[in-house]
Amino acid sequence: MSNLFDLLVAGLATGAIYALVAVGFTLLWQTSQTINFAQGEFVMLPAFLMLAAMHVGAPFWLAIILGILLSMILLGLAFKMLLVDPMMRHGVLPLAIATMALAIGIKEAVKQFFSAEASPFPSIVPTGDISILGHAVSLQSIGVLVLAILAVFGLTSLLNRTSLGHQMQAAAQNPTVARIIGVPVERMILLTFLINAFLVALASLLITPIYLAKFSSGEVLGQAAFIAAIVGGFNQVRGAIAGGLLIGVLDNLAAAYVSTQYRAAVPMIFLIAVILFRPQGLLGRAEERTI
Amino acid sequence: MKSILMAGALLAFATATSVHAQAIKLADVAELSGGGATVGTNWKNGIDLAIEEINAKGGVLGRKLEVTHADSQSNPGVARAQVQKALDAEPYVLLGPGYSGSVKVTAPLAAEAGIAQIMGGEAAELTQGGNKFLFRTSFGQQSSMPKVAKYIHDDMKAKSVAVVWVNNDFGRGGRDVIVKELDRLGSKVVADLSTEAGQADFAADVGKIKAANPDAVFVYLNEEESARILKELKRQGVTAPLMGETTLIGQKVIELAGDAANGARGHVGLTTDAPVDLIKAFREKFSKKYNYVPDHNGLKGYLAVYMVKATTEKMGKVDSKAFADTLHGLTIKAADEPGILMDVTFSETGDIDRQSFLVEIVEGKQVVKQVLPKVK
Repeated sequence: MSNLFDLLVAGLATGAIYALVAVGFTLLWQTSQTINFAQGEFVMLPAFLMLAAMHVGAPFWLAIILGILLSMILLGLAFKMLLVDPMMRHGVLPLAIATMALAIGIKEAVKQFFSAEASPFPSIVPTGDISILGHAVSLQSIGVLVLAILAVFGLTSLLNRTSLGHQMQAAAQNPTVARIIGVPVERMILLTFLINAFLVALASLLITPIYLAKFSSGEVLGQAAFIAAIVGGFNQVRGAIAGGLLIGVLDNLAAAYVSTQYRAAVPMIFLIAVILFRPQGLLGRAEERTI
Repeated sequence: MKSILMAGALLAFATATSVHAQAIKLADVAELSGGGATVGTNWKNGIDLAIEEINAKGGVLGRKLEVTHADSQSNPGVARAQVQKALDAEPYVLLGPGYSGSVKVTAPLAAEAGIAQIMGGEAAELTQGGNKFLFRTSFGQQSSMPKVAKYIHDDMKAKSVAVVWVNNDFGRGGRDVIVKELDRLGSKVVADLSTEAGQADFAADVGKIKAANPDAVFVYLNEEESARILKELKRQGVTAPLMGETTLIGQKVIELAGDAANGARGHVGLTTDAPVDLIKAFREKFSKKYNYVPDHNGLKGYLAVYMVKATTEKMGKVDSKAFADTLHGLTIKAADEPGILMDVTFSETGDIDRQSFLVEIVEGKQVVKQVLPKVK
C-alpha cells in the first residue's frame, strides 16, 4: 500500500510536467492549428539555455530568468514568425512536418554546441523528505507538483477571468467574428505562443534535475505530452491537464504492476482505446474549439 | 672530401632504412571520434605513451615499435572497414577497438588473418566464441561478476538482493552471470528488474526495490541511467547498500548524480586511483604528457602494448603467427615487466585474471576500500 502511495505521488509529479507540456500543445492547436512535434525539444532546450547562462557566470536565479526570456524569444516569437507564419498558408500537414524538421534541428544543434553526453542540472526544489499521512514523500515530487499546479491554475485564471483571456478565447473560437468586434487576433495568437514557450521553459526547469540535461531527453517528453493531449481532449486545456496527470500515473503503475519492459506500451494502448471509443478525448468536446 | 660526405650520407640513409624496416608494426583501430571518443582517445594516448617508453629504452628485442592509429568513429561498420584496412598492411598485432560491439564484428577478420587482437571490450560473449586470437586488457563479465557476487555475499552479508539491469547485450550478460553466482552462494534475488537504455524515469523501478526490501541492491546500468537511478533511490529514501561495477561509480556518474552517488560501491578492474605504486607512476607520467588524468581506458591501451612486449620477449622472436599461442596461459609478473603494472594471467580463451579493487564513493570521490586478489 505504501508502495502504491509512492507510485501515485511520483506519477502525479511526472504527470504534472506532462500536463504543462500538453497544455502548450492544445493552446497552439486552438489558436493556430499548429501541431508542434518539436514540443519535446522545446522542453529540452531551455535547460541548455540556462546551463549556458550559468556557464558564462550567471547565478542560478538569473540563469532561470534569462533561460525563460530566451525561450520566449526563440520558442515563442521566432518560432511563430520564422516557421509557423510562412508555413501556415500551406496547411496543417506541411506545418506539422516542418515542426518535425525543427525537432531534429534543435536536437542536433544542442549535440553540436554542448555535447552528446548528459549534464547535471541543479534543482530549484531542495532535496529531502516530508511526512504526509505517515509516508515519507520527497520534497522534490511535492515541489514539482505544486509549481506545475500553480502554473496551470494561473493559466486557467488568465483564460477564464480576465478580459485578455476572453479575447484569446474569442480569437481561438472564431477569428473572423473576433476581428470584427475589435479583438487583435494576431496579437492574441502571438500571446499563446509566448505562453507555450513559458510553460515549456517551466517544465524544463522542473524535469531536467530528474531526467538530466541531454539532447535526446525531449523525445520521451514530447511523446508523453502528445498522448496526454489526445487522451484528455486536444481542444480543452483542462483535458490536457487531466490527460497529463493520467498518463504520468498510468506509466508508473504500469511499470510497477504490469511489466517494466512493456511500460511504454501501456499509455499507447490506452491512447488507441480512447481514439476508438472516445475520439474527442476524455474531456474534449466533439467539433468544438475553445481554450 | 666530397666523396666521403656522399658515402656518409649513403650510410646514414641505409641505416635509417634498415632501422625503419626492422620496426615492429602495430595497428590500432579505436573510437577517436563519436560517442566513444573519450574511450578511444584515452586508449590511443595510453598506447603512444607505452611505445614512447619502450622505444626510449631500445625497443623490443632491439627493434623499435611503430603504430598507426585509425578512427572507428565509434561505429561498428566503420570499425570493420578500418580493421580490414589495417590487416591488409600485415601488422604484427592489432590493438583495439574499445567498444564490445565493434570488437564483435572485427574479431572474425583478425582471426581469419591469424593476427592477434588485443582489445578493450568487456562483454562476456566476446571470448566465448572460441576465437583463438582475441585477448582482453580488462575483465570480462564472467571474471568480474563472481568477484562482485562474492563481495555482496561475504562482505555485505546480504541474504536478499535486488538486481537492476539494462536490457541490452551488456546488461543482460552481466545480469545472467551475477544471478547465477548469487544463487550459487545462497543470496536470494528478491527483485530482478530490467530497465531500458536511455530510460529517464526510475520512480516505478525504485518503488519495486523498496517493496522488495532487499539487504543490498546491485545496479548494472550505463553511466547516465546509473546517475538517474541513484538520484531516485535517494529521493525515495532507499537505504540498502548499493553495489555495482565500474559504470556505477565512474567519474561521470559522480558528476551527474552529485550527493546521491555517495556511499555507492563498485568493483573496478582497473583504476588510476589504485593503491599500486606502478599505477601511480603511470598516472603521473600520463598526466604530465597529456595534461589530464586518464581513465581506465588509458591504462588498457598502455597495458596492451606491454602485453605485446612481454609476449614477444618470452618468444625471443617477432613471430605474429606464434604470438597468440604464446600469450594463452602466460603469466606476466610486474616484477619482471613493470609496464604490465600488476601480475596478470591470460587464460586459454584470452580472458585475464588479475587483482581488482573495491571502490566506494565518499564525498564525491572514488576511494579504494579493498584490493580483491587474483582468483587463481
